[in-house]
Formats: sequence, C-alpha cells, structure tokens
Amino acid sequence: MRNRLFLWVPLALFAFFAGLAGYMLTQEKSQFVESTMIGEPLPDFALKPAFEGLPGAAKADFVGTKPRLLNIWASWCLPCIAEAPQLEALQAQGVEIIGIAIRDRPADVANFLTRYGNPYSRVGADDISEVQLAIGSSGVPETFVIDAAGVIRYQHIGDIREDDVALLLAELEKAR
Amino acid sequence: MIAEIGLAALWLAAALAVLQMVSGAFALKAAEGEVNPLAIYARPAAVVQAFLAVLAFALLLWAFAITDLSIKLVASNSHSMKPLVYKLTGTWGNHEGSMLLWVGVLAASGGLLAAFERRLPERTMGATLAVQGFVALGFYAFLLLSSNPFERLPVPAMEGTGLNPLLQDIGLAIHPPTLYAGYVGLSVAFSLAMGALLTNQVNPAFARVLRPWVLGAWVLLTFGIAAGSYWAYYELGWGGWWFWDPVENASLMPWLAATALMHSVSVLAARDALRTWTIMLGVLAFSMSMLGTFLVRSGVLTSVHAFAVDPERGAFILVLLLLYIGGAFTIFALRAGAVAEGKRFSFSSREGALVFNNVMLSAILAIVLLGTLYPLVTEAFDVRVSVGPPYFNPASAIFAVPMFLVMAVGPLLRWKEDKPARIQFEMLMLAAVLIAVIAVTAMVGDYPFLPLLGLGLAAALALASFLPLRGRKLARVPLATWGMVLAHFGVAVSLFGMACEGAFSQERLAAVAPGGTEQVGDFSFTLQSVTPVAGPNWTALEARIAVSRDGGEPVILVPQARNFWSPQQSTSESALLTRWDGQLYAVLGNQAADGRWQIRMWWKPFVTFIWYGALLISLGGILAIVGRVRVDVKRRHASEVGEERRADLAALGAAAPVPAE
Amino acid sequence: MIRAVLAFLAALLAMPLTAQDAMPPAPYAYNQLDDPRLEAEATALMHTLRCLKCQSQSIADSDAPMAGDMRHQVRSRILAGESPDQIRSWLIARYGDYVSYNPTVSATTWPLFAIPVVLILIVGAVLARRLGKRRSDAADGEPT
Repeated sequence: MRNRLFLWVPLALFAFFAGLAGYMLTQEKSQFVESTMIGEPLPDFALKPAFEGLPGAAKADFVGTKPRLLNIWASWCLPCIAEAPQLEALQAQGVEIIGIAIRDRPADVANFLTRYGNPYSRVGADDISEVQLAIGSSGVPETFVIDAAGVIRYQHIGDIREDDVALLLAELEKAR
Repeated sequence: MIAEIGLAALWLAAALAVLQMVSGAFALKAAEGEVNPLAIYARPAAVVQAFLAVLAFALLLWAFAITDLSIKLVASNSHSMKPLVYKLTGTWGNHEGSMLLWVGVLAASGGLLAAFERRLPERTMGATLAVQGFVALGFYAFLLLSSNPFERLPVPAMEGTGLNPLLQDIGLAIHPPTLYAGYVGLSVAFSLAMGALLTNQVNPAFARVLRPWVLGAWVLLTFGIAAGSYWAYYELGWGGWWFWDPVENASLMPWLAATALMHSVSVLAARDALRTWTIMLGVLAFSMSMLGTFLVRSGVLTSVHAFAVDPERGAFILVLLLLYIGGAFTIFALRAGAVAEGKRFSFSSREGALVFNNVMLSAILAIVLLGTLYPLVTEAFDVRVSVGPPYFNPASAIFAVPMFLVMAVGPLLRWKEDKPARIQFEMLMLAAVLIAVIAVTAMVGDYPFLPLLGLGLAAALALASFLPLRGRKLARVPLATWGMVLAHFGVAVSLFGMACEGAFSQERLAAVAPGGTEQVGDFSFTLQSVTPVAGPNWTALEARIAVSRDGGEPVILVPQARNFWSPQQSTSESALLTRWDGQLYAVLGNQAADGRWQIRMWWKPFVTFIWYGALLISLGGILAIVGRVRVDVKRRHASEVGEERRADLAALGAAAPVPAE
Repeated sequence: MIRAVLAFLAALLAMPLTAQDAMPPAPYAYNQLDDPRLEAEATALMHTLRCLKCQSQSIADSDAPMAGDMRHQVRSRILAGESPDQIRSWLIARYGDYVSYNPTVSATTWPLFAIPVVLILIVGAVLARRLGKRRSDAADGEPT
C-alpha cells in the first residue's frame, strides 16, 4: 500500500496518551483550586462581627502601615483546630490576623475560640460565603497575605502546619 | 477454606491461560491445512479456565453472602446488617470484586468461543485463543499480584465497614455486570480481530464469526449505559441524566466505537469491503474499554462517580494498556498493509452511507476523547480547566447531526451503487417532516437551538426507520432487518426524550410548610407531613407529598432523606411519578429554621423516552443476533445435509456398499 | 508521602462532619427567582459552573453548602441586573477557567477548538479519499 505511514498514526496517538497518563500517575493530584486574585486588591466588603467578643471585619481594616493575614475558617472545620496553635504562634510574632468565619453561629465561634485560643484581632461573619467567593477562596481553612495597601499577595490553602509558619512570615516580609 | 479454594482456582486459571497462550501460538507454526500437535491444548485450556474463574467468583459471592469477616475484602466493604441483595451485589461494589467479575466473564466468554466456534481456520482460531489467553493472563496477574480479593485478615473483624450507600441500590445489580460483560465481549472481538490480522484472514467468513460477539457486546453496553444513566438520574437527586462526567464518557467511548464496529462488520460480512477499517475499529473498541477502566480506577481525573480509585493500581492497568493496545496498534501498523483491499463501492450506496456514519461516529468519539482528556493535558502544565456540557453538546452535534441525516436515508439505498434520485420522494418527505417539526415548535415557544434540532431529527428519524419496510411482505422480512428497524427507531425515541428533557423541563424549588401547596407544570403538590422512618441499616425522614395533575385524583409521593450509619453518609432518595408523557421528580431537602421544608420538584416531559429508546435499541440488537444465528445454524445444517447427500451418492456410485454391522 | 496519605484519609473521614455547619443556606441557594425568565437564565448558567468543593459536579447539581452559596451569588446577581456572561467572568477572575464548564478560546484552551476544526478537515479528506475517488475508479471496473 502507498500510505504505510498512515497506519502508524493510532500507535503514535496512543503513545502520547500513555506518556501523559504515566506522567500524571506520578504526580500528586492537586485537590486545591488556587485563587487567581493574587496581586489584585481586596474587594470591598464589610462583615458584621462573628461573635460579641471582637469587632467585625471590613476591607478598610486591611489598609494601613503593615501587611496582615486574612484567615478563612469555621468552628465546624476540623483542620481549623489543627492550625490553631500555628496561628497563635504567628500572633505571638506580632502578626495581625483578621478572621472570617464561614457559615458560623456566634455561640459556636465563641466556644471554639475559648477552647482552642483566639489569635484574631477581628472576626467577621460571612454567612453566605460572599467574601470567600469574592477573593477566590474555595475552602476552609485558607490564609491570605494582604499587604498594607490592601492587595492580596499570597494564598495558603489548607491548614497551616508547623513548617508553614516560617513560610508565612517570609511572605509577610515580602509584602512589606 | 472458601478463600483458599478461590485463590487456588485463580492461580490454576492463570496457569491455564499461559497454556492457552503458548499452545494457541503454536497453531501459527502449523502448515496450511495441518494441525500442530502442540496446538490442541488451547481449546480445552480455555474451557477449563472458564470453569475455574467462574468458580472463584462464585466463591467470593458466597463469602459476601455469609459475610465472612475473616476476608479483608468482605470486612472492608460489607456489613452483616445489610439486606442480602446488597451483600451479593456488594461483591462487585469494590475494586477487587469487580475485577474478579470481569475476569470471570472474560474467561467464560473465552471458554464459549473455544468450545463452540468451529467455522474459522485452525490457525486463525489458535492465534485468537493465544491473544485471548494473553489478555486474560494480564488480568489474572493484576488480581493475584496487586488486588487479591481473597486476602485473609490476621484477626477476623468484629463487623464490616459497610458499603457506600449510593451503591446500595438495585442499580448496582444491573449496571456494572452488564457493562463489564459488554467490555469483555469487546475483548473477544479484539482477540478475533488480532487473530484474523495475524493470519491474514480478514474476510466475510471471519466477519460472520465476529458479528454475534460485537452485537452482543453492543447490546450489553447500550443496556448498561442506559441503566447507569437512569441510576444516576434517580440516585443523585438533582434530576440530571447525563453530566459528561469523565466516568460517563469512559463508558460512552467504547459504545461509540462498538456502534461503528458493528456496522462495519455488517459491511464486511455482506460485501467484503472495509477490511482494514473493521480491524482498526475492533482494536479501538477494546482500547476504549481498557482506557475507561484506567480512567475510572486510576483517579487521574476527578469524577462524581469515582470508583475504587488507586494510583498504584492505575499504574498496573496502564502497563496492561501498553501491552495490549500498544502491541495491537504495532501489529496493526505492521500487518494492516498486507490486508488486501476489499470490494469497492460508490458514494451513493449503502456502504457509502455506512462509511460516512462510521467516520462520523469516530469523529464524535474523538471529540469525547479530547474533551475528557484535555483537562489531564493542561494539568500536566499545572493549569486546571473544566470541559463540560457547553462544550460537548455543540461539538459532538457538529458530527451527530449529519450522521442522523445520513442514518435516515442510508438503509433505503442499495448496496454497491445507487442513484439518489431513486429515493427522491422519501428524502423530500423526511426533509418536510424535519422542517415542519422545527418550525412548529419554534413558533410555540422560545426554546434552545439544539433541543429544537433534536426534536426535528427525532421525528424524521422515527419515520425514516420504518421506510425500509415499505413495499415488502412483512412476514418475509428477515429478523435482522427488523432488528435494524427497531434499533433505529429506538435512536429516534431516545433523541426525542433528550430533546424534550432539554427543552420543556420545569423546575420548582420551594420551602414548604406542612400543609402548604406549590405548583410545577400542570401539577400542584401539597406537603402533608414529614415523619422519621427506619430501614435495615439507615434511618430517614420521609415526606408525604400529595400530587395532583390539573386538580385530578391526588397521588402520594414519598421522597426520603436517608442517613446510613455504616459507613456514615446521607443520601436523598428521590420519589418518581411516572406518566406516559413524562416523570415528576421529587426530592426532600433540609428543614429551614422557620420549620418549612425544602422541596425540589421537576416535571420532565418524555424524559423516560430516553431509556425506552435505549431498551428498543437493545431489543433491536437482540433480534439481529437471533436472526443472524438462526441463519447461520440453517446454513450449517443445509451444508451438512448437502454433504451427507453427496456422501450417499458417492457410496451409491461405489462398487461395493459398506456392509452394515 | 505517608503524612499526605494520612491527612487525606483524615480529610475523607472528616468530610461528613465538616459539611455539617448549622447555618441555614443562603436565601437564593434553594429558592428560585420570581421572574421565570431570569430564573431560566440563572439555571442555565448554574449548570455550566463547577462546584469547587465537589467531585466534578455543577453547582446546579450539588448539595454542598458552598455550591448553595454560589447559587445564591448567581441568582442575586442576575436579579441585580448582571448578565450571565458578566457573572461567569467575575468567577473566572477569581478561580480561573476551572470554575467554568464552558471553555472559551484562550491561551490554555485553544486546542479544544483547533482540534475539532482539524478533525473536520481530516473527516472531509478521509471521506473524499474513500468515497469520492471511487466513482471514477468504478468506471474502470475491476475491483480487487
């Protein structure tokens, strides 16, 4: 036949697929959806206090002289318990952390903070995930580094482990 | 002992697969017309192996039935409190068990092939059995080396962990076994295609041997996919019946390839054309079912139906894929050039129409494959994208619409060469129906374009599917032709259901207080009460909803929100009210703070036609099998009688008659 | 690696628990817009947006709380007069192309559109080769 080469096309396509599949099997599957708001200013928002102990949170609270952390969390979220000590460690280093509690009741928020410690300067209540959606966060917990001008500089997805603390401090320094 | 016997049976079966492979390969060494003495073991090896593999599966079934908690698989996937039917179906509701079911069906069909298929030359048969043994061996290795279903626990568990509640449904009894059987049928088609390619026997006789396997696999796939779609439709609780999810696409792709293969085999059997193309499709169909298995189980793609995901097993399946498919495509590239070109035909002929639609089906397959794998490609570059219905629907329609049009007129054309002018009247009539239906519907309301087109095509196809019967004596129409008519009509029915669901569905989401009434379509529904109920391994809240159509006699629907305790998971059990012209779909949601209940209601006109159509298609396939097999048996009988007569004549002609004993 | 697996298992176990927030869903999560035309627009859009917390489901097909909150965003924005395309771009600006099931031609998705076009050309060429030429061949007769 004239076009022998044509007969090799299926094999070539298959080889491409097999290579791709083999490569992807070795890759850890990312469960996270990253925000594409890094480098963008925080959207306007003003949230009511999540419980009586602390004031609520608004965009204006992030504009000032130093970078801050924006922590998305909830009292019903188990990994949030795991990251509580790390948040306290960050606070001890002089980092201001503003919390946004997702779909949470004031009593539960207060309970959680008494049991696991309160690293926050403010906690806003986001009952319909509006701020969460507006900054491109897709789960709890997530932590954002916001610079002094109110621009989102870095996103940490999932709970903060011990070795993440230094990383976040470095990112805060970079955002200064 | 059960587990040990089962494991021993599997090892023995694997050994026999080796024997089958080696012995079958020796058949290739035999000279034309002779039998290699080492080649005689392939058939018995396949038959005994079938018994052993089926035995192994039966033993696992037994272990699940009695909830033998000393077996790891039972302990981690079953529960003593489960209803017996779900204990049994739970056998294949996990990775190991479903692979054993697969292997059992594979060995059983290999045994059937070896025991009953006598029409092919011994060399071809040997090569086929060798390939079949090779395929089976890979799966035995997979089971025995990385997914042993009979593994014992060091200490028997006190209680099992239970089965995913979404799988505790009669759908699990129907959908996976039929789908696996369909995949396995394609593996036999693959082995036959490779056997014919290796021995250069791609001819009508081979096609007639191949045809029942392809038809059978295709019927099972059609039925299995439809059953899965209906299962997801009522179980997931949101009224969707097809999501273009990777796992769904994984089952659709083999079906598309099998549909093309089935038609191309018919052309090969009837006209000795499309030889290379048929072999190519045979390899492709099996590749797609293997690819599906890989995608579903390796977890490289995210899916709502994700099942027994494990990357390490994924690697094993990928190696099998490389061996089977890589090997097959290599052999194809090397040998297909040697396959002589088949008979020729003109564009306006039945073969021409079939080729056109074969190419269209392959193009749709390519689109589905592209859309399914594309997110994987971008993920390799750390970019995540989603491809969904807004892509798949129009992209596949580009090829599906011309396909439906050709499908309407193709069966009216003659083989080899025909003049389109001969069927002018039919074509005009179909065009008129198509345009009229679209125009009338578009005037009635503002509907999306694709469903509108679907309605028109469905009407034209429904009419067209019966046209081949025009002017023929119905009693003398062959059964296989009836099968085609029925299957093509089924496509029209399905398409009608899909279009109606897309265009006319009505949705009502509402918070309803007990006693409150809401409206969806022609139906008004009243929430009478919500009460707790208990099942064997769940508790639930059950709503009683009185539904009445246009103020008629009310019917009670009882959707539930179930909580299973082992494993802990909640599901919503939808309640369906089926009428001839559609289905009312009710789901009970959560209770709001003010005491009202979230109720979701859909009225889906003619949605059931999607699955009725699939049933018709399957039935058409079954008729075609019965018709073909009957003709084959008759033909064989006739040739036997003829031979006897010739022998008799020879005996009469001979001088000395053989004395009777 | 083991830690990652353990964390993943923990996450799996935690899923039924973490989903149990006690708050009522957002107003438009499970309630339709009064205007049927707007509701139809919203529904069509919701079927093409990906639920970020789910395994490959649209926000119209999911009971996840976050899907409910996204439905609320879609419905309330439609009600406020935004077009479905604006809402889609708003979400894409936050989550990238991943959130939309409706890929549009971009630097990352152009092959999705280029390949079908190539496919149409190939199909045309295959059909022309297999079927078109045969007619003249058939005139010579002599099938092989």
